[in-house]
Amino acid sequence: MIVPYGHVLLLAVTLFVMGAACCVARRNLLMILIGVEIILNAAGVALVGASLKWHQLDGQVFVIFIMAVAAAEVAVGLALILCSQRRTGSVDADSYNLMKG
Amino acid sequence: MGFTMTVYGVLFYLLAVSIVLSTAMAITRRHAVHAVVYLVISFFGTALLFYLLGAPLIAAFEVIIYAGAIMVLFLFIIMMLKLEPAQRRMASYIWQWVPAILLGGMTLALAALMIIMNPVSQAPLHATTASPSELGRFLFHHYWFPVEIVSFLLFVALVGALYLGRREHASGKDHTGDEP
Repeated sequence: MIVPYGHVLLLAVTLFVMGAACCVARRNLLMILIGVEIILNAAGVALVGASLKWHQLDGQVFVIFIMAVAAAEVAVGLALILCSQRRTGSVDADSYNLMKG
Repeated sequence: MGFTMTVYGVLFYLLAVSIVLSTAMAITRRHAVHAVVYLVISFFGTALLFYLLGAPLIAAFEVIIYAGAIMVLFLFIIMMLKLEPAQRRMASYIWQWVPAILLGGMTLALAALMIIMNPVSQAPLHATTASPSELGRFLFHHYWFPVEIVSFLLFVALVGALYLGRREHASGKDHTGDEP
């Protein structure tokens, strides 16, 4: 007897909203990528809780896949940030206004 | 049902509070290094939560992959970039955060309402543990093809990161290979 599944789900939704707010509100590209990591982690919390609720292992398997995808995403994302910082000299999303009229 | 709080329940709520607080600190820090360190605390808390929810292998992966590999990668990139402190007025910060908090709060309230109204989510969970060998057997028995696809995805990501991270002057005219 731990807690109701709804509370686990509520924690996952809270973390998801925090990550989404970080993505939307911050202007630093690194912070946007950190927000994506928080979102993926929140999905993992929900899946592990569901795996315990229905006593199926598929939820935990999907968390492993999410971690692999997160690792791939962060490698390419950080390489992209490094590349764009070399080109423009900034990691501020507001400074990418080359096509501004 | 006369909700009696067990030790597991107390642990869950303590972990939830620490995870949410450290994540809130992480997303509001001005410097990215501070955010990464707070996020490491949040991921350690999540690993303990996974262990509590009966997933010891996922808890170990959370520490190794998220708190270890990904966050160290972030730290290395932050050290490589020459980050300039962003000069910006206070008003623009407020106008970035107000819509985000408003919409996020609305989403959170709606989700909480839907979760509370659903009777399926009210039944308490029973603690069980999936042993790592059990999980590994299940993974390679039922999901061997997705495992192959994910390994290919990691390979593609490696190649993409190498391609994007190479030096500018080595790309165009000479391919004689002065890359490290």
